[in-house]
Amino acid sequence: MERKIRVLVAKPGLDGHDRGAKVIARALRDAGMEVIYTGLRQTPEQVVNAAIQEDVDVIAMSILSGAHNHLFPRVMDLLKEKKIDDVLVVGGGVIPDDDIPGLKAAGIAEVFTPGTPTTTTIEFIRNNLKRKV
Amino acid sequence: MYDSASLVSGIRKGDPRSIARSITLVEREDPARLAVLKAINADIGHAHIVGITGPPGSGKSTLTDKLLKELRSRGRRVAVAAIDPSSPFTGGAILGDRIRMQRHADDDGVFIRSLATRGHLGGLSRATTETVRIFDAAGFDDIIIETVGVGQSEVDIVRLADTVVLVSVPGLGDDIQAIKAGVMEIGDVFCVNKADRDGSERVIREIRAMLEAAVMNGAATRFSALYQALDQLKAVDRTEGQSSPRASSSGLFDQGAAHHIARQPPGHDALEIPAVIPTTAETGDGVSRLVDEIKAHEAALVATGFLRLRRHENLSWELGNALADRVLRRLEGEDRKIELADLASAVLDKRKDFYEALGILEGSLAG
Ligand code: B12
Ligand SMILES: Nc1nc2c(ncn2[C@@H]2O[C@H](COP(=O)(O)OP(=O)(O)O)[C@@H](O)[C@H]2O)c(=O)[nH]1
Ligand SMILES: [Mg+2]
Repeated sequence: MERKIRVLVAKPGLDGHDRGAKVIARALRDAGMEVIYTGLRQTPEQVVNAAIQEDVDVIAMSILSGAHNHLFPRVMDLLKEKKIDDVLVVGGGVIPDDDIPGLKAAGIAEVFTPGTPTTTTIEFIRNNLKRKV
Repeated sequence: MYDSASLVSGIRKGDPRSIARSITLVEREDPARLAVLKAINADIGHAHIVGITGPPGSGKSTLTDKLLKELRSRGRRVAVAAIDPSSPFTGGAILGDRIRMQRHADDDGVFIRSLATRGHLGGLSRATTETVRIFDAAGFDDIIIETVGVGQSEVDIVRLADTVVLVSVPGLGDDIQAIKAGVMEIGDVFCVNKADRDGSERVIREIRAMLEAAVMNGAATRFSALYQALDQLKAVDRTEGQSSPRASSSGLFDQGAAHHIARQPPGHDALEIPAVIPTTAETGDGVSRLVDEIKAHEAALVATGFLRLRRHENLSWELGNALADRVLRRLEGEDRKIELADLASAVLDKRKDFYEALGILEGSLAG
């Protein structure tokens, strides 16, 4: 049985900064994962629907606009509403350290800020999947 | 919660998670998929399966996005399987087709699934056929398959789709030669995208000329036999002075026939080739006509009985292919490798002759 880690890389909100998301997408691909990129300007609903249809193991969201405290928890709420508890959700981008505990409390497993080597992210994903590989 | 019974009832209800999870089982070649596929077997065969193929960058994903829009406006539920290549080095993939279609993510009449080739050649992933069956059982009216788009090796799609749309574009230079080589074997409906660009009229003329040449030379095409059967139906119609019920209910004679360009070169019978349709996927121009043509093709397949014929041929091929796959896999085991080596030594040492060794191998594979 072939088992691939599938990841949705998503850009929720009106934020147009996509370099980081693309860097992450390529790094995950190079680590052997299958990456579905949503493109820019996604609503939380679109992110969650795409994650369901693609049956991903991981949702990886990137936000640099400052709207993370609103958008990340909104995605977590939608997942809870739909009783989806086996998807690992991580975030990244320009996110102040002070905001990170609140995001984790909302269910974001980890937050990766500028300067984090992509190998750290890859390792975290591999070690924290909620569905067995 | 994901036992096969609940997956099956979920699929039948069109539940996205059940559909998605079942496709994952298929992609992993999980034995659990067999019970699901068996249970839905009676539910399939209703959807119109449309393949979109053409070179990378020709606009297949953008076109699919617009086809979704047009088909939805006609009240149809549509599923998409979009295939992109896996990296042969890392096994990873960036599946980028969805970006162009993501606006439909909120529409529960649309389901989009990205599939990586995972080393499979031929333009599709191994899981595509069974993914299509799951979509079909889930009640989608149309199923669109976007192939990888690597030109001549795109052979799988003609074994899966009822209607294959071949997308060409201006400005490909030498690549057009690659399309030319396989053009008449692959396409049912022909589309020249990026019609907003210079040179699109020339590409349309070239494709028409190729199709006409193919017909005059009696080359194998996907459409010649279909058109002959259609002509016969029409002739019967004319003599009986009424429409055959199947043809008229499908609207075949209102629209379908009009879409074929009939030309009569001196000394030849009427020459019928498919229309070559210009589209600009960016704006949606021409897409409504393209959908008309795709649907006219389906109507023609239904009216002539070719739909069943084609699906029958495809299934025969798939059965043979799946068997070959199984045999190949059985050759991969460690025991089998030792047996192969032993038999090779026996032939080399002239203890056995080649066909004797082959017979022994065949016997033990069957056992
Ligand atoms: C380049 C840039 C731009 C470019 C964007 C080009 C593009 N297509 O991406 C342009 C010039 C267009 C731009 C415009 C704007 N920008 Co700007 N921009 C930057 C800048 C300088 C660098 C961002 C970048 O690309 N970094 C390189 C990438 C590779 O790094 P990264 O995105 O941080 O990603 C890394 C990590 O964060 C992490 N990561 C990121 N996402 C994810 C996701 C996951 C899942 C994981 C695991 C990891 C991860 O991994 C990545 C690799 O290490 C930052 C400042 C800064 N130093 O960050 C400002 C910055 C982001 N911009 C800012 C602003 C305000 C704007 C504008 C509003 C300016 C304006 N007034 O017009 C516009 C808005 C544009 C829009 N539509 O959204 C502010 C945001 C302030 C805030 N958050 O409160 C910043 C922080 C500058 C500042 N200090 O004020 N910007
Ligand atoms: N000018 C023009 N560009 C188009 C058209 N359709 C698609 N494109 C662009 O062609 C590029 C490739 O499109 P895409 O749909 O990803 O092609 P695919 O690789 O065949 O799926 C994108 O930049 C599109 O915006 C069109 O009709 N006209
Ligand atoms: Mg594409």
